[in-house]
Amino acid sequence: MTVTQTEFRAALFDPSSDVPEGLCDGQGRPAGRRYNVYRNNVAVSLTEALHESFPAIARLLGKQNMDGVASVYLRQSPPSSPILAQYGEDFGDFLDAMPQLEHMPYLGDVARLEWLLRAAYHASDSTSIAPEALAALPPEAFDNARLILAPSLSLLQSRWPVLDIWTYATEDGAPKPGGTAQDVLILRRGYDPEAHLIGSGAAAFLASVTSGAPLNRALEHATAKDPAFDLAALLGLLLGTGAIQDIQTGAMT
Amino acid sequence: MSKMIKTVAVASAFAAALTGYTTTAEAQAKEKCYGVSMAGKNDCKAGAGTTCAGSSTVDYQGNAWTLVDSGTCMSIELPSMADGTMRKGALEPLDRDLPA
Repeated sequence: MTVTQTEFRAALFDPSSDVPEGLCDGQGRPAGRRYNVYRNNVAVSLTEALHESFPAIARLLGKQNMDGVASVYLRQSPPSSPILAQYGEDFGDFLDAMPQLEHMPYLGDVARLEWLLRAAYHASDSTSIAPEALAALPPEAFDNARLILAPSLSLLQSRWPVLDIWTYATEDGAPKPGGTAQDVLILRRGYDPEAHLIGSGAAAFLASVTSGAPLNRALEHATAKDPAFDLAALLGLLLGTGAIQDIQTGAMT
Repeated sequence: MSKMIKTVAVASAFAAALTGYTTTAEAQAKEKCYGVSMAGKNDCKAGAGTTCAGSSTVDYQGNAWTLVDSGTCMSIELPSMADGTMRKGALEPLDRDLPA
């Protein structure tokens, strides 16, 4: 074999490059045209994958624009995993950096929301904490306790009405987005990912908790952000969706 | 806020949340069901990779892509944003402190 895998792969993502020399079929005949068919299929299938995985972006941009964006993205960021469902993690960052899309700066957050919903779907299963375990804790134990949240949970803090835009793009007849920044909590109830609009206090609380802060510190951050922050309502949502896996009490520095 | 009050705040919030908590045993008993979804609800949840891309389409691999007028973002008209202007197809960033 005279063609290395490196040469084979490099030419795959560079449509202007020639077919690698020395490719042949099983009977030793030159296989240049087959390579071109393969190269085209790689690009087309990745483009279709992006359409499927980012339906809101595809809808917002329109098919033609999405094809164009995809053709640039797939060559700049080809998949790093053989699992196609995991393709596109940095698509939002890519959209942010694309000069042609400067006037639609919210696209990156919409793509991140779509990615997080998909990541939630594929996240590991987890068991939620038994209510009795929480009820049995003495009140003072909560002070320095830390919450272990489900792997499917994530938080998207946006400067844009990201959930409204996403809804507008994915649901027929949804109202047009307003002008308010939105924070979104992504949860998985059973096996169905859900996007919940949460207040700035709840977002601050969760950002603290996921960075490892104890509950009293997280509550401080939340009430500093929003004095009306309702911790019980947020905990009710987390418990009701099985998003709290465990609570760690005791000294931890 | 004193330390004592905070302790009560966290604990009582848990107590309140537990009162309204109904078990999710039903949800936990669900099995992952591939390929079956409520119409229009579960689409795209799993992402790409479940279908085989056709070979009939051609990739017009342009590296110099330019935006054309299509897509619904062109029709997004927002109410007056922070700067008081009406915008079509673009949203203004809102000035808001994000938690560090």
